[in-house]
Amino acid sequence: MNGKAFFIDTTLCTGCRGCQIACKQWNQLPATKTENWGSYQNPKDLSFYTYKLIRFREFMGPDNKPVWYFYQDSCRHCVEPPCKETADEDVPDGIIVDSHSGAVLYTDKLKKAKGQAIVEACPYNIPRVEKGTGYMAKCTMCVDRVNSGLLPACVKTCPTGAMNFGDRDKMVALANERLAEVKARFPKAVVTGLDDLRLFHLLADAPEKYYEFASVERSPALMDRQMALKKIGRSLQELTREWNVLHKLAG
Amino acid sequence: MTNHWIDIRNSDCILIMGSNAAENHPVSFKWVTEAMKKGGKLISVDPRFTRSSSKADFYAPLRSGTDIAFLGGMIKYILDNDKYFKEYVAQYTNASFIVSDSYSFHDGLFSGYDPATHKYDKSKWAFVKDADGIPKKDTTLQNPRCVFQLLKVHYSRYDLDKVSGVTGTSKQDLLKVYEMYSATGEKGKAGTIMYAMGWTQHTVGVQNIRCMAMIQLLLGNIGIAGGGVNALRGESNVQGSTDHCILYHIWPGYLKTPKASDATLAVYNKKYTPVTHDPLSANWWGNYPKYSVSLLKSFFGEKATAANDFGYSWLPKLDDGKSYSWLDLFDAMYRKEFTGFFAWGQNPACSGANANKTRNAMANLDWLVNVNIFDNETGSFWKGPGMDPRKIKTEVFFLPCAVSVEKEGSITNSGRWMQWRYQAANPPGEARSDGDMMIDLFRKIKWLYKRDVKKGKAAVFTEPIFNLKWDYTTNGIYDPHKVAKEINGYFLKDVTIKDKTFKKGDLVPSFAFLQADGSTSSANWLYCNSYTGNGNMAARRKREKSGIGLNLEWSWCWPVNRRIIYNRASVDLYGKPWDSERPVIQWDANAKGGAGGWVGDVPDGGWPPMLKPDGTINPKTKYPFIMKPEGHGRIFGPGLADGPFPEHYEALECPVEKNLFSSQLINPTAPTYSTSEDVYRTCDPRYPIVGTTYRVSEHWQTGVMTRWQPWLLETQPQLFVEMSNELAALKGIKNGEKVIVESARGKVEAVAVVTLRFHPFNIQGSVVHQVGLPYHYGWVHPKGGGDSANLLTPSTGDPNTRIPETKAFMVNVRKI
Repeated sequence: MNGKAFFIDTTLCTGCRGCQIACKQWNQLPATKTENWGSYQNPKDLSFYTYKLIRFREFMGPDNKPVWYFYQDSCRHCVEPPCKETADEDVPDGIIVDSHSGAVLYTDKLKKAKGQAIVEACPYNIPRVEKGTGYMAKCTMCVDRVNSGLLPACVKTCPTGAMNFGDRDKMVALANERLAEVKARFPKAVVTGLDDLRLFHLLADAPEKYYEFASVERSPALMDRQMALKKIGRSLQELTREWNVLHKLAG
Repeated sequence: MTNHWIDIRNSDCILIMGSNAAENHPVSFKWVTEAMKKGGKLISVDPRFTRSSSKADFYAPLRSGTDIAFLGGMIKYILDNDKYFKEYVAQYTNASFIVSDSYSFHDGLFSGYDPATHKYDKSKWAFVKDADGIPKKDTTLQNPRCVFQLLKVHYSRYDLDKVSGVTGTSKQDLLKVYEMYSATGEKGKAGTIMYAMGWTQHTVGVQNIRCMAMIQLLLGNIGIAGGGVNALRGESNVQGSTDHCILYHIWPGYLKTPKASDATLAVYNKKYTPVTHDPLSANWWGNYPKYSVSLLKSFFGEKATAANDFGYSWLPKLDDGKSYSWLDLFDAMYRKEFTGFFAWGQNPACSGANANKTRNAMANLDWLVNVNIFDNETGSFWKGPGMDPRKIKTEVFFLPCAVSVEKEGSITNSGRWMQWRYQAANPPGEARSDGDMMIDLFRKIKWLYKRDVKKGKAAVFTEPIFNLKWDYTTNGIYDPHKVAKEINGYFLKDVTIKDKTFKKGDLVPSFAFLQADGSTSSANWLYCNSYTGNGNMAARRKREKSGIGLNLEWSWCWPVNRRIIYNRASVDLYGKPWDSERPVIQWDANAKGGAGGWVGDVPDGGWPPMLKPDGTINPKTKYPFIMKPEGHGRIFGPGLADGPFPEHYEALECPVEKNLFSSQLINPTAPTYSTSEDVYRTCDPRYPIVGTTYRVSEHWQTGVMTRWQPWLLETQPQLFVEMSNELAALKGIKNGEKVIVESARGKVEAVAVVTLRFHPFNIQGSVVHQVGLPYHYGWVHPKGGGDSANLLTPSTGDPNTRIPETKAFMVNVRKI
């Protein structure tokens, strides 16, 4: 598969937020007014002005010592993006895919689209609508930088090597290499997204330990039902949550 | 650091204790990551589970202020389990030295203590010397009065039960850390320590670091790749600032500031030049007068001559017995002992302990000059909370200055690497570089003196002003290259030294050529070699292609570009590296046309190895620890204010009534102050919770730069206090709720971050809670962002350095 991909090795991430802030700087996005709500995570969620967010999760581990995970959340640049499928219904070319990099890009035309439906179509809860205008925004894969031979701003900034970027095939290989390297220390380690995304996470633990939408089962059956479900007014996110719960119950 | 940042990747076991490297040195953390990729282990010991702990192979909690108990237990473990590197300890450290009978230790006090002055007579801790004045040794380490045996006795008291009872760390966790770390005592293994303010900011700060240095000597970790004692400096150029001695007690290059009783240069030089009678000891400080005289020549140029003691009498002296540290300075300011103050590139209203005292002290000044990039709590102290501007007569001048990227110059990092930086942008508006301001300031001061003299007015003591050499401009503008060259030093006349001929005005190639007769200048002997006939060494940018990361041609480091200091201890007595896979230096008998020489890093002196191939001592050799008069690493340290062996004492404000190790609750030499703002409350039911302060990745120091940066503020918008679930439940506090944190000195409003990363400690059978706050906030900006955590901290500190004890004090927390 050609095009580019991100590989994020969360075992190396220290949650410094360099990437989150580099994204703001490159895209000249405004800072939003925040409060400390009892966590280092801020802003609390992605928004029209926050394309990339480090999510903090802490819990007591099996050895009775704390565990603190940092999860880098941003658009996965799906190979077959459900947001585009939904947008194409009423606003063709509202969402386009860059042929060189595979970046999924939102255009101004989305102002006319059914924003909420596009948000709900995303299994990862990524797209955001600007209040009042209807414009939509998310991570652009720094396509302007990438198509000029540079790394995305977040990748360039990362001090520890947690963030990697390059040809998709090479990132797949790197992800598998790192998975093999960390298995001894983290037997439960997995890589998510290798099949159908352009953003892979290497996780030391079960995905749901990191974030609700860290891993989403996207079977073909699910994809077909997507359209049907929309008619009943249920979102793919709701379905994802249920799927994860069922998955867990089934052991 | 004895080593450097990149070298951390060579380590087999990294202990992060007294620091939070991932949090506060995120870029450098990549070297920890590299070490771990190669199989190195990371241990995190911290009162709180931090971002560093989240990456560690093993985490152990400990109560703030109990590091010596923890490390003392490690020393006992190393000795009991034979984990020390025997040959290294016997040959390279003072473990074999015999200590005089006047040394003793009893119930928390070393011999020589005077309770009236709270000071020790250190002559009681001297070594026994032979007829030649050389310390007597027993290299079998059996003599009951040798350092090794005294060490054993001292730390035999640090058993697991006591250590656990004091630190709150489980015995299981203690053993695991001790086991993991002491494995680096094996030949060919390297362990390193990354420490910072978590260790230094205590009344036992220096002894904390001494304790680890002793462990590193016992394990043979000094001088080797991946080893060392590594301080993570708290600011990108604070290493530069201490090297060039912007501290009262030292002159550039860590020379001593003279006291009033050091009446002449001869007296001064004699007092501070150590003497050895051991021909095998390099005693590098024996060169002291060459460095002090060269410094004076840099200050006063041609005006400094042998006849006038090279201008020695024109420099300020310290009153004997008096301390002029930060805490003393603000104490004197509070007592109205001086009237003017430059707060240059700092924010004392937020950065110093007992911030209320500092803020109130500034109201006593006639004038204050604040040089900074943004408005801050110091420049605006007069309109801060609780201040009535109508009652404050201080005239404040705010001089906007350039930031580091808006000027050219150098920055010296934690690894002693001096790296040249270029100007990337012009400073905005009226902002100017510090160098420019100082040039103008001194120009005007000199003019005012001259004018007074001309008018026949009494101009007091004009020599330092009129005689100061001041030629650091090019076209009237500050020129950092001229300063850098002055720091390196010049030949002031044509000379021939060691068969090399130099002309007047040539740059000195290294401090080996500096003279005590006034024929050379150098504004910092340590930096001599940094700007030479070969150019600006700090500006070099050539990466090594392979090796252990020394990068000998990237920037320049002191001394003389030696990347790993004490590296003569990285080889055995024949000059063969202990670690063949990561050699730092090794002796090549065939080098230099058969004369033999060292290859690798710049050796810590070019002298040959200690033994010749036939096993006899080489008379040309020197012991590896060249900066000590005896040439050996100090396990027994007779020079510090509070004792030759680190001993656990509680913080000045502590939660326990008894010290399990002795009747001496606190450091008997810790300084305290006595204005009405200097309040200390120990074991007070009003303040039952241990408080500490720290930092976050997203903010910088007191936040003067970062609070004005919206993207950074967005991630960490407000002062917060982290506390355990258990403490929150006790107080009925919910996560995200605003609370008050208060100490005997002040209070702040903070958002409660209730987290399982803090747990209560079991100390001597009681539950002790701990909370922590970042010190990045101040009332100037943003509104509602919170004020400085230093409003809580106590005005006490280490007796050697007087660094304030901002890491362990007592507080209370309550709902609003």
